Amino acid sequence: MRFMLLMIPKGYEHAAPDAMPEADRVAAMMKFNEDLQNAGVLVGLDGLHPPSSGARVSFAGGKAKVVDGPFSEAKEVLGGYWMIRVNSRQEAIEWASRCPGSDNEVIEVRQVQEFDDFPADVQQAAAGFEAMQRDIGQPT
Amino acid sequence: MSTDTHRAIDAVWRIESPRLIAGLARMVRDVGLAEELAQDALVSALERWPETGVPDNPGAWLMATAKHRAIDRLRRSKLQQRKYEELGYELEDWQDDAEAAFEAAIDDDIGDDLLRLVFTACHPVLSTEARVALTLRLLGGLTTDEIARAFLVPEPTVAQRIVRAKRTLAEARVPFEVPRGPELGERLSSVLAVIYLVFNEGYSATAGDDWMRPALCEEALRLGRIVAELMPREPEVHGLVALMEIQASRARARVDATGAPVLLLDQDRARWDHVLVNRGLTALDRAEKLGGARGPYALQAAIAACHARARTADETDWARIAALYDALAQLAPSPVVELNRAVALAMAFGPAAGLELADTLVDEPSMKHYHLLPSVRGDFLFKLGRYEEAHAEFKRAAGLTRNGREREFLVERANACSRSLAALKHE
Repeated sequence: MRFMLLMIPKGYEHAAPDAMPEADRVAAMMKFNEDLQNAGVLVGLDGLHPPSSGARVSFAGGKAKVVDGPFSEAKEVLGGYWMIRVNSRQEAIEWASRCPGSDNEVIEVRQVQEFDDFPADVQQAAAGFEAMQRDIGQPT
Repeated sequence: MSTDTHRAIDAVWRIESPRLIAGLARMVRDVGLAEELAQDALVSALERWPETGVPDNPGAWLMATAKHRAIDRLRRSKLQQRKYEELGYELEDWQDDAEAAFEAAIDDDIGDDLLRLVFTACHPVLSTEARVALTLRLLGGLTTDEIARAFLVPEPTVAQRIVRAKRTLAEARVPFEVPRGPELGERLSSVLAVIYLVFNEGYSATAGDDWMRPALCEEALRLGRIVAELMPREPEVHGLVALMEIQASRARARVDATGAPVLLLDQDRARWDHVLVNRGLTALDRAEKLGGARGPYALQAAIAACHARARTADETDWARIAALYDALAQLAPSPVVELNRAVALAMAFGPAAGLELADTLVDEPSMKHYHLLPSVRGDFLFKLGRYEEAHAEFKRAAGLTRNGREREFLVERANACSRSLAALKHE
């Protein structure tokens, strides 16, 4: 089963648009990344620029409205993610526990929805989803 | 005990046991003893963690505990040795400074240890069954019970196999090392064969509701990826990983809602796992870039890739597949490869070309009871409009297969021949 480990660094919601992680923090994180890879469980990973350089599109009243970052009311935002493939939820949590996270960081562990998880009607509505992922060669 | 802690220990064990055993094996130079020490540490964890909670660094805790036990054992064996010495037995010098070496080496590069463990578990002094069992046990962290269920053999058999394998390794004084020079290639192919065997055991068992079997595929894939990371310059390792990833990508499409097998060309390609396909193609690319395009696993992976790349069955590049089977037949000739080549030829150049090759296999002793030969010949004959002969072949194939689902399928094809024949006469 696939899990996403979502890195949520507190304070990142207000980080400057060009904020970059410290090199030594990245080096520590790379060790963790390599452990995941060496264990054969790593599927994909990415870091995200701070939300201050992003935008939010909301849909109140059925109408799209765009607000540029930073977002004053933001509480938790993503800093990046890992996609891993493991045998149990507990194994995913165990891997997350091994991340050299700092005081302000939280990792949320979330299982990826597989097509087979959906009930029949949802599968029908999502028909073509898997083909779509394949066609766009979704990065792994 | 709280199930949460228990589950956490399971997870830690799965992640940590291979390197724990590998690190210990290098120190004590005995895979069996290393596993015992690691198991002892696990038992300690099971006793303590439910009360103290899982430690911050569970891997280090297990390693430290196992290390203490190892040193205890060393001290004891030293005492014993002194007695032997008095009796005039020869000593092994490694044990003299083992404690110091232990401390220094236990924190060394873990990758090398794991690789040594893989090569030791797959050593040629062991039978194939023993290699498989030991690899799953030491590197996969599977219990004997799990291995027994996966291979449909009684648990005591597996337990015996593992005990005997460890004894054989100790008695043969198999060095705990990655072989070098010309020996490496030979030994590596044993490692790859073991991993692929595990994979196939899981992959070919789509029948039944044995839940362990998909887990075997996963396990083989994981082992393959580990070896590929540890030996990034060996093209065939990437070839094998590519082959397994692409084959595994089809797992969900291989059975229909009623549990009946679905042939490759009839599969709903939307149900293939694109993540695995992409990983497979990437691994194949690596194998080819390293100059390994002609290795047996890379060739099979390249064939699988032809199917994976085709958006529909009709888009399959059969001419390329036929050429790849040509290369495979030269490298590793076998009647099964020839039969597959016949199918590819038929798809690329028409059923007559396929039949010509398939006909040369009829007298092959190993094909005598192989239901796929008459099944494939029946298909060619049917396509050539030779319904009477095709009917006989499908009946023969139906009589040879041991799989009920497949028998139904073949009987139906035989019936279709009769219908075509009747329609022909009717015209």
